[in-house]
Amino acid sequence: MSIDKDKIKHISKLARISIDSKKSDLLAKDLTSIFKFIEQLNELNTDKVEPLSSILNTPLRSREDKIDDGKIREKILKNSPKNNEEFFVVPKVIE
Amino acid sequence: MSEIIKKDLSEIIELIKKKEIKSEELTNLYIDKVNKSKKLNSYITTCFENAIQKAKEFDKKPNINSLLPGIPLAVKDLFCTDGFKTTAGSKMLKNFIPKYESTITENLWKEGAILLGKLNCDEYAMGSSNETSYFGNVINPIAENTVPGGSSGGSASALAANLTPATIGTDTGGSIRQPASFTGTVGLKPTYGLCSRWGIVAFASSLDQAGPMTKSVKDCSIMLEAMAGFDKKDSTSIEKKKENYSKNLKTDIKGLKIGIPKEYRVENMPKEIDELWNKGKNILKELGADIIDISLPHTKYALPTYYIVAPAEASSNLARYDGVKYGYRSSKGNDLIEMYENTRSEGFGDEVKRRILIGTYVLSSGYYDAYYLKAQKVRQLIKKDFDENFGKVDAILTPSTPSSAFKIGEKTNDPISMYLNDIFTVPVNLAGLPAISVPAGLDKKGYPLGLQLIGKTLDEQNILNVAYAFEKNCNFKNEIKNWWL
Amino acid sequence: MSKDKFDYYIEGKKNKYEVIIGLEVHAQVSSNSKLFSGSATKFGAEPNSQVSLIDSAFPGMLPVINKECINQAIRTGLGLNAKINNNSVFDRKNYFYADLPQGYQISQYKNPIVGEGKVLLDMPYGSKEIGIERLHLEQDAGKSIHDMDPTNTYVDLNRSGIALMEIVSKPDLRSPDEVNVYIKKLRTIMRYLGTCDGNMQEGSLRADVNVSVRKIGDKKLGTRCEIKNVNSIKFMQMAIEYESNRQVEMLDDGKKIDQETRLFDTKKNETRSMRSKEDAHDYRYFPDPDLLPLKIEQKLIDELKKTLPELPDNKKERFINDYGLNSYEANVLVSEKDISDYYEEVAKLSDKKLAATWMMGDLFAMLNDKGLNISNSPISAKNFAELVRSIKSGEISGRIAKEVFEIMVESGENPKKIIESKGMKQQSDPKELEKIINEILTKNKDKVDQYKSGKEKLFGFFVGQVMKQSGGKANPQLTNEILKKLLKG
Repeated sequence: MSIDKDKIKHISKLARISIDSKKSDLLAKDLTSIFKFIEQLNELNTDKVEPLSSILNTPLRSREDKIDDGKIREKILKNSPKNNEEFFVVPKVIE
Repeated sequence: MSEIIKKDLSEIIELIKKKEIKSEELTNLYIDKVNKSKKLNSYITTCFENAIQKAKEFDKKPNINSLLPGIPLAVKDLFCTDGFKTTAGSKMLKNFIPKYESTITENLWKEGAILLGKLNCDEYAMGSSNETSYFGNVINPIAENTVPGGSSGGSASALAANLTPATIGTDTGGSIRQPASFTGTVGLKPTYGLCSRWGIVAFASSLDQAGPMTKSVKDCSIMLEAMAGFDKKDSTSIEKKKENYSKNLKTDIKGLKIGIPKEYRVENMPKEIDELWNKGKNILKELGADIIDISLPHTKYALPTYYIVAPAEASSNLARYDGVKYGYRSSKGNDLIEMYENTRSEGFGDEVKRRILIGTYVLSSGYYDAYYLKAQKVRQLIKKDFDENFGKVDAILTPSTPSSAFKIGEKTNDPISMYLNDIFTVPVNLAGLPAISVPAGLDKKGYPLGLQLIGKTLDEQNILNVAYAFEKNCNFKNEIKNWWL
Repeated sequence: MSKDKFDYYIEGKKNKYEVIIGLEVHAQVSSNSKLFSGSATKFGAEPNSQVSLIDSAFPGMLPVINKECINQAIRTGLGLNAKINNNSVFDRKNYFYADLPQGYQISQYKNPIVGEGKVLLDMPYGSKEIGIERLHLEQDAGKSIHDMDPTNTYVDLNRSGIALMEIVSKPDLRSPDEVNVYIKKLRTIMRYLGTCDGNMQEGSLRADVNVSVRKIGDKKLGTRCEIKNVNSIKFMQMAIEYESNRQVEMLDDGKKIDQETRLFDTKKNETRSMRSKEDAHDYRYFPDPDLLPLKIEQKLIDELKKTLPELPDNKKERFINDYGLNSYEANVLVSEKDISDYYEEVAKLSDKKLAATWMMGDLFAMLNDKGLNISNSPISAKNFAELVRSIKSGEISGRIAKEVFEIMVESGENPKKIIESKGMKQQSDPKELEKIINEILTKNKDKVDQYKSGKEKLFGFFVGQVMKQSGGKANPQLTNEILKKLLKG
């Protein structure tokens, strides 16, 4: 799989990372060689193999339905880049 | 006095217990050395005031029955520490101060340890040389211009340079064992689920495990004992009784079956590594172990599999760094989407971006089956390889790395050659098994090299024992000359 | 629209179309704490006060699932006659949005907790089965507030991480009316089960509406548009009307429909393309590595099955078979759990059929007038039953009963007491009645003669006089009997 600039543009949009044109060339080259390496896997026939769903063989543990968290607004807003005492604040969203 | 910090953790603990040194004195010795060792760049944040205060508190009321009585420790800067900056080696989190403590560090403090500082690492633990850190690369104390390995490079460097008596790292594809091998120290990656992941900045959730990095196998057993344990806050934490690894440590390995996988004899591997591996085999043989040739046929597919699974998980795990709740936010951009794109472009370094893009791609519509699903199938095959052989052998011996420490900048422009560093360590993470890297010798440049012992699920005690027996009979000596002082 | 025959079709310029609708209903699970954290789920709390480090996606935070949410999903699945999957998987749905702190929503993609099921709708043109494709558990997002500041959006994460059940129907719905009945039926079932309060004002029940149209006679489904996040039945119906007409117009103009996500603009009553979702269609689902596969033992399913309450369909059948109600009455009385609970209490203490008639007549009319629910009715079920009993026994007449009812509404008092204190008991003593009737007949000799000579209509006049004389308390049946007897003589 050769990765070209258009693909880089597409996936960087999905990943919400802006990439300038110069970087994009370099990334296309790097990713092409990485995918060439990754595609060694195609040598293997895995048609009859079940994908690994979890490395642990134990079932999912669950917790009781108790309220034992929250009420820490100050703590969660303390690190936010735009200060506000009640909310997280982001640039206007256009829907 | 300064000779004390050259000692192993277990010896220092004895000194504290015998009241031959106070925690405060000990802490000051490390502070002094850390202050003189800035050149290595192994610390991102120092917590000296806290350390002194805690040490004083300890000295006033010493609880010498704890595992780490009054021991100052620096930890990889991937562990969230309450009230102390936690950066993950990234610009994204350069000013992030958590108001919570990771379970693992909390466990250490409960055992009497004291936070000394936060250690440099590759950005979000993505790297094999500690050159991707926003806070600059770390230098390996074995020689100027060499890398300490990664991603727990700061931890390995600080440990080898005696800037902390022991430390902890995280290992997603070799990030504890490879730097341990590069610095002549001991590093253990526990069974997936033995050490809680709660409060550790996540890289790849199905692979990440925290583990100890120490100067000796005995130290390693003490640290693991302090760290390990069930945590109900981590859904992947294994529910089991705590083990006394240090008390049960023994050198008798007679009759143990040690497997030697032929697939680890890779092309272009330096002859000295092969020789070292043979040396390891012989030592274990002499100690009464049976050496058995085995085959792990899917070994060569582990690295390609890893470079699908790990980036896929990372691309999702790192989506939360978006400039909204904490961390870096770009001032550029007129709307939310532009804010995201600029924040993540400016806040992440190149390697992190590269991996996020790989991960985004392998999960994207039309490619999921070809890459991600395929990789999970191959991961199953790799796990089966180990499962089948662990019917026949008790542990597996391999080299830890395909080379010794390389020069700074040597591999930064060739991602694949960098990734190949983890060729022997990655299969273990994919299978969720425990493995320890223990120093075995020096190459002709005088750089250390390690051997890796891989164990069955939750068989940490066994690989610690084999490593302990090996260590006692190997006569490895790290030659670090304090050239930076 | 005719009531007894389905006829919701759209006449375009060229062709006649039917409308194909599928719903993805998001129902908030009734639970104390969130799906993966211990924060509270209460509606209307201070902004960001019900948020943990997990809900706000701080580094290193990990999800641990709430047992009750799993049980609630199983109960709901059972209520929808659906298959409960013994193995299911939580996946991450990856996309960026201000109120999605993790950058992904934990949801279930390929292996949901509940598989295929069905819901029965009672339509005027007969009963109709709507297929359920699946039900899965997922996290809710937070709330973005766009109108507090001209340049910024404010984010409240109180809702972030609350458990939702997404209930996906098959494209079996054919009209806004069916959508209305379907949503109400789902809500009724969940309220019976106690798995979702169904409160649409508080956003506990919302839906994405998939709409397509197809020419009558065509087999293939047309291209559908998804109208996101509609939060009232009325808006759903309006959105479907608008959207189906838009599609018909385009098709008859020879244009193609683009498969897209649309938004219903409640101010303009129209749907429009949603720009912000355009490039977000690639959700890159994959199993959440922080969680293990969810295994549900058959034992748990069986246990939950045993504790399920009687559901509306079964209750309705019982009301018809055991209580002698007709299908219409039964339908109305099971439509809300509170109503059926009230009715059952009344029916237990009085005549079942008469209770139904009086509940659906005077009681509902009064509640409607006062804008009240059955749960805050001024008349308790016990008092209401007493009233029905008094009517049935002939102690009071229907007319008096209405008076007693009015007093009960005002005072909330026991009807027996009201009847006693106001002397409203029916006059059922034949001797007393005969006395009154004889007096009236004597007073109106001329009318008696007219009656006897064939003017039988006058019978009503005599009844009226008796009632007037007795203050309305004369037992009508007895009055009739005695009047007839005396007039013959």
